[in-house]
Amino acid sequence: MFDMLKKVLAPIGPSGMEEPVAAVIREELKDYVDTMETDALGNLICIKQGKGENPRKIMFSAHMDHIGFVVTGIEKEGYLRVTNVGGVGLKVAQTRHIVFPNGVNGVVVSEPVEGSSMMKHMFVDIGAQDKEDALKMVQLGDMAVYAPDCFRLGEHRVGSPAMDDRCACALLVKLMQTIGDTKDTVIALFSVQEEVGCRGAKVASFAKEPDIGIALDVTGWGDTPGTTQPEIKLGEGAAVKVMDRGSISNPQLREELLECGKLAGVKTQREVLPYGGTDASSMQTSRGGIPVCTISIPCRYVHSACEVIDMRDMDAALKLLQTYLAK
Amino acid sequence: MDLKTMTEINAPAGYEQPLRRYLLEQLKAIGMEPVIDRMGNVVVVKEGTGENRKRVMVSAHMDEVGFIVTGATEEGFLKVQSLGGVDPRVIISKRVQVGDDKLPGVIGAAPIHLQSAADRKRVLGYGDVYVDIGAADKKEAEAKAPKGTPVCFDTPYVEYGEGYICAKALDDRVGCYNIFRLLAREEQFPCDLVAVFSSEEEVGCRGAKGAAFAQAPDIGIALEGTTCNDLGDVPDPLKVCVTGEGVAVSFGDNSSLVNRNLFRHTLKIAQEQGVRHQVKGSVSGGNEGGVMQRSRQGIPTIVLSVPCRYIHSPSTVCKASDVEDQFELARALLMSL
Repeated sequence: MFDMLKKVLAPIGPSGMEEPVAAVIREELKDYVDTMETDALGNLICIKQGKGENPRKIMFSAHMDHIGFVVTGIEKEGYLRVTNVGGVGLKVAQTRHIVFPNGVNGVVVSEPVEGSSMMKHMFVDIGAQDKEDALKMVQLGDMAVYAPDCFRLGEHRVGSPAMDDRCACALLVKLMQTIGDTKDTVIALFSVQEEVGCRGAKVASFAKEPDIGIALDVTGWGDTPGTTQPEIKLGEGAAVKVMDRGSISNPQLREELLECGKLAGVKTQREVLPYGGTDASSMQTSRGGIPVCTISIPCRYVHSACEVIDMRDMDAALKLLQTYLAK
Repeated sequence: MDLKTMTEINAPAGYEQPLRRYLLEQLKAIGMEPVIDRMGNVVVVKEGTGENRKRVMVSAHMDEVGFIVTGATEEGFLKVQSLGGVDPRVIISKRVQVGDDKLPGVIGAAPIHLQSAADRKRVLGYGDVYVDIGAADKKEAEAKAPKGTPVCFDTPYVEYGEGYICAKALDDRVGCYNIFRLLAREEQFPCDLVAVFSSEEEVGCRGAKGAAFAQAPDIGIALEGTTCNDLGDVPDPLKVCVTGEGVAVSFGDNSSLVNRNLFRHTLKIAQEQGVRHQVKGSVSGGNEGGVMQRSRQGIPTIVLSVPCRYIHSPSTVCKASDVEDQFELARALLMSL
């Protein structure tokens, strides 16, 4: 699992520019699914046909996009002005190393200000001499993300930018590689533009008309000094979502998934997240509506350059999902 | 068909009928067969020449920002709320037209003499302003302008300086004007042009949402008017776009991150055809690109805008050359799809 995680963490994929991530996943799954397609928004949709009679269509969604910065202007001295793509925290963005898909490096810096910095105070230093020089490296509308930096933390934990939601991409790839024949049709959606409003999952759900939707995403944590909410701990198992700001999970589906955790002999935790949302919100309200739930990987320091997860929770989630599909 | 006539027609969000009537007349005059859908959009399909051709929806919204009457005071003044985003700071003492009969009115607030020092520092909201239509009392006001009556800025179209235009509703009559011109050209496009003059954009892109679903296009192009923020002491890198520097191509805004391939293709076409253009340097606002992009199974979209100063105010300013550039780029893009 760790090797797979490293592979999908490596590509640069800000919201709207996820193709490098899709390319890695396509390669991993080409021998394991019946069909693979990329839609107009860039969603990668991999389908494994069910072998049962009247198979249901179960859609799993993991988003490929990563929060980042977009160039909105260039100072004559060569510094870039940027704005956020998705939810970027400015405190944690300070003096961070970011990288553009073409390999250009930058450092995010704030002008000295009294009080807290706002986006208008931020600039990116890409080492350009002046505006002309900068324009040779980037142009308006180019996007950058926290530079890949995957490292182990203790025995079980891994830190990296883009853990939200590449850890779930790795999980979904592993799931597809290991489930074998299933009664139900499994649709693995590697979605785009989740960080700007679950846009990819909206159109893919319309196109594929699933009967059940399960989002795979990260969730918050409440187990470090000064934090209590959500009541989620790293290493305590896969989190089964009750609700967040985007969706309320279908109660039957939620209980069924918790039950699968028990059957699989893995730890699970019930998740009530007082903020955030996942692709489940888009799937739930597609067409006539479908039952949804989210399986979350607890993740510390979400939306920073060091998002930390526990590999034991990844394994718990994988076993839970394998059990669900084997039923 | 000209921009002057179009901007002087009153069509706030949800009350687009006068403009719809005018467009129907004009479209029929050039041999088109427009239909009105259930959201009040005017839809015209101009068939293309290509084999296996794409359906390209080009949208521009008919509606403008304005106000709606919510009641009358005992003294006969109308209370109003905005239809779409109008900064209450820009409306005081402006002339308006009320209802279908275009009753003259003025947006009033307590004059400076009657304001306390604290009042002067406070921003007036819709609770503080009223529309004076010269009614003697509540009864007369209610008879002339019952609740739900639309109110529009009363702004004549003027041209001034070197190619500047000042009018109300340039957002988005410029787009409507250019779609009409795309339809009016004898030239045929390889793709099917699904032209949508949409309703209720200013209150949440409601018309285009219905039209995009019903028309199921393969590609979406929104023709818009957008903010430009090119004045005063705004430093260059913070300018959104600049009047006179050509049509603004968006890489993304609050409603959509545009399709990267279509974005690159559009810039390439603009360069090849020598159409003056600029990349819009801000992620702000939203438009019909978002609802087209995420209708049904999703489509690639792009947004081409005319930079507008003082947008959503009684006096919006744009440059005629930018309107032409928007037309030229839309035309060239349609030829390439």
